[in-house]
Amino acid sequence: MKRSKLFMLIGALLVAAMLLAACPAAVPAEAPASDSAAEEPAMADEVIEIEYWQYNFAARVDAMDQLIAQFEEANPNIKVVHNADIPYAEFRDKIAASVPAGVGPDVATLFYGWQSVWIDSGYLVPLPEDAFPPAMVAEKFSPMVQASFVEGTLYTLPTAVRALALFYNKDLMADAGLDPENPPSTLDELADQAVACTQRDDDGTLVVQGFVADPAAQDHHWFREVLVRQFGGVPYTDDYTEVLYNDEAGMQAWNYLLAFHTDLATGDRDLFDGSTNAFVGGHVCFHVDGSFRLGTIAKNNPEMNFGVAELPSHNGVKSTFGSYWTHGLTKKAAADQARFDAAVKFLQFITSADAGALWVDIVGELPAQLEAGSNPELLADEKLGAFAAGLEYSHATFFADESQQRQAIIDSFDMVVLTDEDPATALQIAADTDQEVLDDFWSSR
Amino acid sequence: MRLTLHQRQIIWAYIFMSVALVFFVIIRWYPTILAFNVSFRDWNVFEGSGPWVGLENYQEIWQDAGKPRSSVTAAFSNTVRYVLFGVPSQLVLALAIALLLAQIRRLSAVFRVAYFAPYVTSAVAVAFVWNWLYQPETGLINQGLDLVGLPQQPFTKSPAQALPSITAVAVWQNLGFAVIIFLAGIQQIPSHYYEAARIDGANAWQLFWRITLPLLNPIIVYLTVLGTISYLRLFALVQNMSPQGTGGPLKSTTTVVLEVYREGFSSYKMGYAGALTVLLFFLILLITIIQLRFFSRRVEY
Repeated sequence: MKRSKLFMLIGALLVAAMLLAACPAAVPAEAPASDSAAEEPAMADEVIEIEYWQYNFAARVDAMDQLIAQFEEANPNIKVVHNADIPYAEFRDKIAASVPAGVGPDVATLFYGWQSVWIDSGYLVPLPEDAFPPAMVAEKFSPMVQASFVEGTLYTLPTAVRALALFYNKDLMADAGLDPENPPSTLDELADQAVACTQRDDDGTLVVQGFVADPAAQDHHWFREVLVRQFGGVPYTDDYTEVLYNDEAGMQAWNYLLAFHTDLATGDRDLFDGSTNAFVGGHVCFHVDGSFRLGTIAKNNPEMNFGVAELPSHNGVKSTFGSYWTHGLTKKAAADQARFDAAVKFLQFITSADAGALWVDIVGELPAQLEAGSNPELLADEKLGAFAAGLEYSHATFFADESQQRQAIIDSFDMVVLTDEDPATALQIAADTDQEVLDDFWSSR
Repeated sequence: MRLTLHQRQIIWAYIFMSVALVFFVIIRWYPTILAFNVSFRDWNVFEGSGPWVGLENYQEIWQDAGKPRSSVTAAFSNTVRYVLFGVPSQLVLALAIALLLAQIRRLSAVFRVAYFAPYVTSAVAVAFVWNWLYQPETGLINQGLDLVGLPQQPFTKSPAQALPSITAVAVWQNLGFAVIIFLAGIQQIPSHYYEAARIDGANAWQLFWRITLPLLNPIIVYLTVLGTISYLRLFALVQNMSPQGTGGPLKSTTTVVLEVYREGFSSYKMGYAGALTVLLFFLILLITIIQLRFFSRRVEY
């Protein structure tokens, strides 16, 4: 009897010991942080190691590898560890999971639309003004980069920027009797030519799609920053606190976009899982997309005979949506002065005009610095010229939460297309949802 | 201190079990407790901490649930619908297949493997294959419909059909597990029950209703509870079969776990996501207790 009690006790103690042993392992946040603090008094000639993260996209990885090699040669006491193993879809999750464990990047590349959420989460630190004076950014960088200032403070800077333009499939245009050297230059021409280019078989099944309206691709941007402006409206107030696209101009823009699916029936986004796949596969005549798609086409359908023109104008108004992947300094970098200085140096290097010039050659994105972006050679480029021309009239939406604001437009489009909702009601719902996201964001500041 | 052989065996048993215990503590219990903690805080994902806010996250969920076209409401009502559609169809189909498999001798191993294979296949791979099958125009199912003169169906592209379409895939994927368990249960029923009943003049239908089904009750309860839990936690299929993984179109397929993921890892609202997790935890607990109470009755002959 006594013995069995003793063994119960031993058993219980064992379990307790295991529990205790488990505890330190279960609190990951503390240990690595104190490790790095211990290394702090770095000697001047000691090599400082900083970590740089971006998502996995072959051309970007290649370009960054070259930039890092150049940087390390010029700064032999700084070593940059390049982590680009994370797929795009998991990039945000991975950052969220790694950083609390103390293993994240010092310099990270993020979509500019994510800035607000990352800043609100306390992840990004402001860029030091002496190294990145606001006046220099205003003077040298493309105007869309102003979106990197959040409430007057600069948080990130890009190497390169992108704009939207009109892709057109020359062979399909020729098949339809259209002139492949004269792509649509106005919205009316785009609608007419999309109809002319659309072909169905005897059952009514779409064989060639003229234009596929797909807000889940780039068309939600096209609607907000391009169509709304071209029909005489503005998508938001200048400070992006209030939604304004739910007015008369917005309604016209909304109807123009919807018509491709409803009245004109020039395409069905479900046929090839989205307009982008359909265009890259060679089934679509006209498509709104960014310069980054050039690489996708080169890789997946290099034989396709296509061209790129500036986005069609309307009422004499030209506009395009600009966006960019941008680099920020993290809290982890800011925790250690020596590493922070190294990270600042690295950031200055990869956002230089030279870095932008290298980037455009490899990745096909346009240099963020105007000096490199307005290069006559670039403007004359058959494919990139249309994007470069758009830089001067581009608008970058300031997003409080890009994925939710995008979803608002997608859902309202779906309401009309899938559930026969009245377009005006649907647009109002999009505006209300969008406004709620903005209110949520601004009220917490 | 001298230990008897029996005592030494007990010590070793505890030592071996403690390995599994450590695993559970670190991988299961600690995150569960952490989720509760996070749900009461304005948790900052990058700092791994946050101030205590009491029930604020729960209040926010409650307010969101009251709004029109709310994701939270859609998530909970869809989740319940997945259970209501999925669990009964899975049980009925699995039992029917198990009864048939119990009859055959030839190739029975081949059939078992065929039914079980989807269960051990990654949900993402399953989702991709079914996305192709469901594809409009070019998908195998729609081509089949064309062939027999039926109209094409949008499946996952339509708010009305998307949830049943995904449920069907989940049923197909989980079927094999239920079939194997049913099969084991059927083979455990002593054959002399059937012999005695036949002598008394019972027909096949009576054998099934009076002997097989009642004696399978514990297995039915077990599969119902496990099945319900797995449908309440549905995630991977929805994430990979709905447009852009958003639980659409128009929130028609979103689940509680998908909303947890989106709030936590896309909007970085960890406290809110944690509170949703806790609500789901209690929902599962409640449903499981109810099921165990009402469905498990002892059957003995």
